[in-house]
Amino acid sequence: MPEYLLKLYITGQTNRSKRAIANLRQICEQTLQGQYRIVIIDIQEQPQLAEDERILATPTLIKELPEPIRRIIGDLSDTEQVLFGLDLKTDTEFINNHTGGES
Amino acid sequence: MSTQASKSVPKLETGIPGFEHITDGGLPKGRTTLLSGTAGSAKTVFAVQFLAEGISRMDEHGVFVTFEETPDDIRKNMTGFGWDIETWEAEGKWAFVDASPQPGEESVVSGSYDMGGLLARIEYAVRQVGATRLSMDSLGAIFTQFADGGAIRRVLLRIASTLKQMGVTAVMTAERVQEYGDIARFGIEEFVADNVIILRNALEEEKRRRTVEILKFRGAPHQKGEFPFTIVPNQGIVAIPLSAIELKQQSSNIRVTSGSSEMDKMCGGGFFRDSIILVSGATGTGKTLLTTHFIAGGTNNNERCLLFAFEESREQLFRNAGGWGFDFEQMEQAGLLKVVCAYPEMAGLEDHLLNMRAAITEFQPHRIAVDSLSAIERISTIKGFREFVIGLTSFIKQKEIIGLFTATTPTLVGGTSITEAHISTITDSIILLRYVEMFGEMRRGLTVLKMRGSIHDKDIREFVIDNQGMHIGKPFRNVAGILVGNPTQIAPEEIDRISGLFSQE
Repeated sequence: MPEYLLKLYITGQTNRSKRAIANLRQICEQTLQGQYRIVIIDIQEQPQLAEDERILATPTLIKELPEPIRRIIGDLSDTEQVLFGLDLKTDTEFINNHTGGES
Repeated sequence: MSTQASKSVPKLETGIPGFEHITDGGLPKGRTTLLSGTAGSAKTVFAVQFLAEGISRMDEHGVFVTFEETPDDIRKNMTGFGWDIETWEAEGKWAFVDASPQPGEESVVSGSYDMGGLLARIEYAVRQVGATRLSMDSLGAIFTQFADGGAIRRVLLRIASTLKQMGVTAVMTAERVQEYGDIARFGIEEFVADNVIILRNALEEEKRRRTVEILKFRGAPHQKGEFPFTIVPNQGIVAIPLSAIELKQQSSNIRVTSGSSEMDKMCGGGFFRDSIILVSGATGTGKTLLTTHFIAGGTNNNERCLLFAFEESREQLFRNAGGWGFDFEQMEQAGLLKVVCAYPEMAGLEDHLLNMRAAITEFQPHRIAVDSLSAIERISTIKGFREFVIGLTSFIKQKEIIGLFTATTPTLVGGTSITEAHISTITDSIILLRYVEMFGEMRRGLTVLKMRGSIHDKDIREFVIDNQGMHIGKPFRNVAGILVGNPTQIAPEEIDRISGLFSQE
């Protein structure tokens, strides 16, 4: 399994920021078996980084590695969506789960 | 409270030509103004120009937040107006916050979010360039990028209050669906409702007419109604403020010659120096001739004359003048005459007005002649035409220039032109030229219908045209109905014959 580089952009220590950090940690522990690195960036302290990455919504999670780069916005409370966004779930699995496995 | 309220919000001069008049001094300082308009109503141009004028005229720096076009597109699209954004960026006077959608990049949404990134980046950019002006273009695009409309509304409110604290004057643009309807899509006006400006690009009788309207400025005065504006290459938006026209022109009692001594006599000693004269008549009655006399009268006294010709080409004008014994070429060489020929259809009404103003400012004439206003009317709506005439007359009156306009009547005998009906109250003097049918012959009659502040000849006089120009003769006697616009009037020769019988008995 390749190493994951995950950058989480937040604005200050708000409840939403804290929720996003906790949700991210939990998902990683459960699915990535230690093969990951999380970098948390507070854009109030480092606005230039937000400018470079063109962050609009916070929290924003960017999966930089492995490629392709993916973005997930929100507090990461919907685990299914996060897994889909991290390419840990395929489209068909995703659709099946969301249509209640109709096929 | 009452003392607070009576003090109006200070204004920030935008630098957009004509706009300060409409807004009574500019945009409310330190506030956010919503600029709403349909597609193609020049919102982006306004948003960019607001910053560009700030940088180039007042050395005030600006931040441009773009939700729609990429910064690169904006840099390229705006070079035609002479705004070198790239250089300003390099000089630290301009900063982009690029919030335009990235192609091929979709983000997955998981849970709730806010737009804190946008706010942080805006604050950062404002600090970096020391901006006092900010434009956001256009809000509709961000509503389509993010599904959570509530989050966007909240951040826009926060942006507005943050900018207020930082002393930044801002413009946010938003789309409208119709020219006359809801202020903006997505209910944007509900949260940035203090100041609203509407740009319109309405189609009226197959002609596009751009207008700007200040819908409201909370706690600050402004002009009401729609004002025409146009977009000029190398300049951008130029508003044409009609209400800026105050009736404070000085009026002088100084008389100047009409170019014809007989006409001067009819007017009680000549035209007033800063008056507007309307010459109305059917085609071929001698309007251009009267104009030529008027110009020659000026140049003979070493006055500079500017002629705007919308009907005839330069060659035709010069040849005609030559036929009446006037040498336009020589006047031009002496620097006393400038002839500007233009097809009315060449440009929009507002552009014609701006071009004419520019020519007047450049040439600094003592006299102006427009031959003919009716040709201009052809390309415009009634409302637009009236604005044009007011815009032109007020401009030349401020400069104490005498103006002579011609208007063509639609019928050969009698009648009034639409031009006349719309502008007669604006003009100081009206001269009518009419065909008079007598004994199976067409003769020409002339009368001074109105002359403000002066006695004048009330007769309808006959005039003839030869290779020396115009000669005004005796009044028509025993002829009735010359001025009446109804061609089914009693035949003049009939009256003449009857009265002639009586007088010879």
